[in-house]
Amino acid sequence: MTELTELTITQALAALQAGDVTSRELTRAYLDRIEKLDARLHAFLHVDPGRALAQADEADRKRSAGDPAPLLGMPLAVKDVLTVEGMPCTCGSKILEGYVPPFTATAVRRLLEAGVVVLGKTNTDEFAMGSSTENSAYGVTHNPWDAARVPGGSSGGSAAAVAAELAPGALGTDTGGSIRQPSSFCGVTGLKPTYGRVSRYGLVAYGSSLDCPGPLAHNAEDAALLFSSMAGKDPLDATSVDVPAPEIRLSNGNLKGMTVGAPKEYFIKGIQAEVEAKVRAAIDQLADLGAEIVEISLPHTEYALPVYYLIAPAEASSNLARYDGIRYGPREAAESMWDVFYKTRGQRFGPEVERRIMLGTYALSAGYYDAYYGQAQKVRTLIKRDFEQAFEHVDVIACPVAPTTAFKIGAHGDDPLAMYLEDIFSLPANLAGIPGLSFPVGFDAQGLPVGMQLMGRHFHEAGLLQTAHIYQQATDWHLHRPALAD
Amino acid sequence: MPLSIEEVQHIAALARLELSEAELARYRGQLSAILDHVAKLQELDTADIPPTASVIEGQSPLRDDIVLPSLETGRLLENSKHTGQDQFKIPPVFE
Repeated sequence: MTELTELTITQALAALQAGDVTSRELTRAYLDRIEKLDARLHAFLHVDPGRALAQADEADRKRSAGDPAPLLGMPLAVKDVLTVEGMPCTCGSKILEGYVPPFTATAVRRLLEAGVVVLGKTNTDEFAMGSSTENSAYGVTHNPWDAARVPGGSSGGSAAAVAAELAPGALGTDTGGSIRQPSSFCGVTGLKPTYGRVSRYGLVAYGSSLDCPGPLAHNAEDAALLFSSMAGKDPLDATSVDVPAPEIRLSNGNLKGMTVGAPKEYFIKGIQAEVEAKVRAAIDQLADLGAEIVEISLPHTEYALPVYYLIAPAEASSNLARYDGIRYGPREAAESMWDVFYKTRGQRFGPEVERRIMLGTYALSAGYYDAYYGQAQKVRTLIKRDFEQAFEHVDVIACPVAPTTAFKIGAHGDDPLAMYLEDIFSLPANLAGIPGLSFPVGFDAQGLPVGMQLMGRHFHEAGLLQTAHIYQQATDWHLHRPALAD
Repeated sequence: MPLSIEEVQHIAALARLELSEAELARYRGQLSAILDHVAKLQELDTADIPPTASVIEGQSPLRDDIVLPSLETGRLLENSKHTGQDQFKIPPVFE
């Protein structure tokens, strides 16, 4: 018999609808699996069985009363940079140790209104700054495919939770690849929506012009379900966009009439050979499914990394100024106000956060603003134009998510630049505000998942999900699960 | 060009970070390497290129200026151990 935790969201919803299973049974199954496996994986920072089961019972009552909420009774994990009222939110940082937010992020609230059951909060690099979850102050998450390797980051806890079937879906956030890269490393499907499509209210700010909440799940169909319930204008986020939440109806079929662009700048020297081979094979498969493939050029791609590592730290240095030890989080004792700031921040931020705060502070400081931040915002315009020009000729862009598969824990040691290079293929979508989707297209010789990325025009999430869905109807990479011995 | 240790100290002070000598020395090397990398942007002539203000154009309307409910003060004070009279208590700002 199939274990309940093996079901996709779509399958579990059908089982709930048919009365074959209750939300309590489903929720209990995930809580039991978390109990059994998460000591090894450390995907979760906080699990709240009592609250989850109470929500599940409520969902079961509502269902028997005929409530049509689309995700009624569906368990979900939430990255620990999104607030859930009354549930601790640390952002993987000691500076928010013990913080219990008095409000719920809009993305989470909408999903709660759609009926989800929150299992708990998942691990993340501190304030979502990192590509491995190694920067979490609460310990690394292990990749379910190989415990010696990272799950990617920063939404590594969410990706590992879905891959290990500790949750059927999860929320992540993506500032420079933090949904897509861990999705690739863990073999799940993750969507970074268009900037502004999903409210940032209650997403603890890192890079405000880049941050995007989005879903991780086993396949495009499930990701579409979660995304449809999260998206939409929110008066509490001035940058949220007034475009109606999409109702995505995925259809089976082929890709005839679609043009897929393969950007030559994303198939470069230094990329792991198997990653290139699997992504090229997946693009061939899109062609077999009827798509026309054309090579394109995004000439400013090589500048995305320097642009990102000025803009994101600049925004971070401003956003993280709020952590002063006064209003939330622990306060280090000191005689003067200034010393409270210096000591609380100096002792409680981790190294990567300190580095980015300092880098951003420098880039914004008098005498350097034009040369660094100003120039970065201009080059950002060039990167954005590259995409606008490409989308005059192609419907979607297909390329690798990251240059490698999951690397070993500790592999990048204390070399921040080496870690930043993990993001070279995912940063451009954030800089241009366009949607990006990562989904599994094969395995390397070590048995580690390889992901492919699709990027599309602003608000073209449905096209990306539809393309991946048709690919997933023709392939079974998304059905593979890591072997986790009991 | 590498940052001097004085520059790193100045940045740390601006960012309100108390750092040890060892941290200052480590960040000096790492930040210098990152700044070397981002200097690549200077290759491009951007004289005629406008900076990106927003990735989604024409989408920052002002909302109506009306009062909406917000969180009550008591809830907002719950996360600090240093409160009184509906306010946060802090050490002296002036000497």
